[in-house]
Amino acid sequence: MTTGRIPDAGCHQPVIELTDVSFAYERRPIIEHLHFTVKERDFALLAGPNGAGKTTLLKLIVGLLEPDGGEVRLFGEPARRFRERERIGYVPQKNAFNPLFPATVREVVLSGLYGRRKLFRRLTRADHRKADDAMHALGIEDLAGKRIGMLSGGQQQRVFLARALVSSPALLILDEPTVGIDAETQDSFYHLIRHMHQHHNMTFLMVSHDRERLSSYLDDAPAAQAGRLRFYVRHSHDRDCAGTDLTHSLREYNRAAEEPALVR
Amino acid sequence: MEFFQRALIGGVLIAAAGPLLGLFLVLRRLSMIGDTLSHVSVAGVAAGYLLGLGSPAAAGMAAALLATLAVERLRKAYKTYAELSIAIMMAGGIALASLLFSLDRGFGVNITSYLFGSIYTLDAADLIWIAVVTAVVLAAVVLQYKEWFLMTFDEDAAAVGGLPTRTLNLFMSVLTALVISVSIKIVGALLVSALLTIPAACGLLAARSFRQSVLLAVGIAEAAVLAGLLAAGFWNLAPGGTVVLLLIAILLAQLVIKRRHSL
Repeated sequence: MTTGRIPDAGCHQPVIELTDVSFAYERRPIIEHLHFTVKERDFALLAGPNGAGKTTLLKLIVGLLEPDGGEVRLFGEPARRFRERERIGYVPQKNAFNPLFPATVREVVLSGLYGRRKLFRRLTRADHRKADDAMHALGIEDLAGKRIGMLSGGQQQRVFLARALVSSPALLILDEPTVGIDAETQDSFYHLIRHMHQHHNMTFLMVSHDRERLSSYLDDAPAAQAGRLRFYVRHSHDRDCAGTDLTHSLREYNRAAEEPALVR
Repeated sequence: MEFFQRALIGGVLIAAAGPLLGLFLVLRRLSMIGDTLSHVSVAGVAAGYLLGLGSPAAAGMAAALLATLAVERLRKAYKTYAELSIAIMMAGGIALASLLFSLDRGFGVNITSYLFGSIYTLDAADLIWIAVVTAVVLAAVVLQYKEWFLMTFDEDAAAVGGLPTRTLNLFMSVLTALVISVSIKIVGALLVSALLTIPAACGLLAARSFRQSVLLAVGIAEAAVLAGLLAAGFWNLAPGGTVVLLLIAILLAQLVIKRRHSL
């Protein structure tokens, strides 16, 4: 079923297409006959009560789970066959990593590049520069040599966001990115996310409980609803569809940032 | 070549391969796997003798490979009870081994050489096996350092990034089984996992980065194996036990130093 998807401009290509997606955990249906499309440069917020299947849906999209029925397409291709995985940045729910894991911030951020494309290839100087830029943009360059387990929750969240951004993804998927982070840090986090949405050629899908914080940004009415899941969408192109080089503008962004709260 | 030279070479090789894999296993919460595979492997050796197979050591290796595949399956199927299934397999392995050894009294080998190791009886064929396995482990860690790091730190991220996680897991499991089955002759089934996990623990304590912990684990293991074997040769002590006790002493010393520093 691929009819009716005629893009009206270069930047309205579908990025995520969910067609009649169903999924059950041990016969208990979680998601039933879900239809939804996220288009290029959309900012989509996925809301719903606990147990509504938000995280499950994200896992279906990134390929950690397979749907029982229906189809997931990424960038127009069936998700199962989608190979350009570096175009997806994924920040899972509060990372359950081992706090004693001996990895530095730099090692974690670099690992955002260790996908399929880099299999059997060495890291280049350009890769290290990408990691520098991502850490710089998120204001964590001073933490580069610190062990990840020694950071605060807010700092760790920035590290994982930097890891997701280091490959300059076209699609950023965030699962409750601000859980366990103090209000001030949350504010700067959302500010950053909004900035990225407005000024970069990036599509967002985010699970979050705090829609109020983004209420000025999103429509009041959900764009779609399926079961207890609700999608709120903002499509953004204030200027034009022209793609922006992410790392380049990430670098600019931090220089331009005046608010100190944003940086640390 | 002298038996003691062979022992030193075997020890130096395995002190590189064991801790390298061990670090990844410890961080993936699979510390127990060393014990399990070694115990099952001894059962395989016993079965090899009983059935009159040409190479009981190969039977032991086959048993370890089968066990590692079983563990990998169980780990997927029962995420929360993975440790339990590993523990049961470990007990089953050693029970089966002791039963098989009791069935036949004419082995001419004694079970204690498998339980506690017999590094002084390494022959040229043993050394070749150890060298091959060590070379494969070193090559794998060098060539797949990035992928192993990500698989260990965040397996979901590895899957999302499009890495062949199933193949990588299988490969790591197979290497683990190989390392363990060739280490048994050196430190003995009861102490194999010590050689995998204690250097890793030392590395984790002192390192500031992942790369450092890899290098430290191997460096500490090499030092302990060399010093341990020399001391054991000099004072006529059990070589496996001496090496492992030295490793534990290093770990304790590190803990003491760390505590002093933080006070």
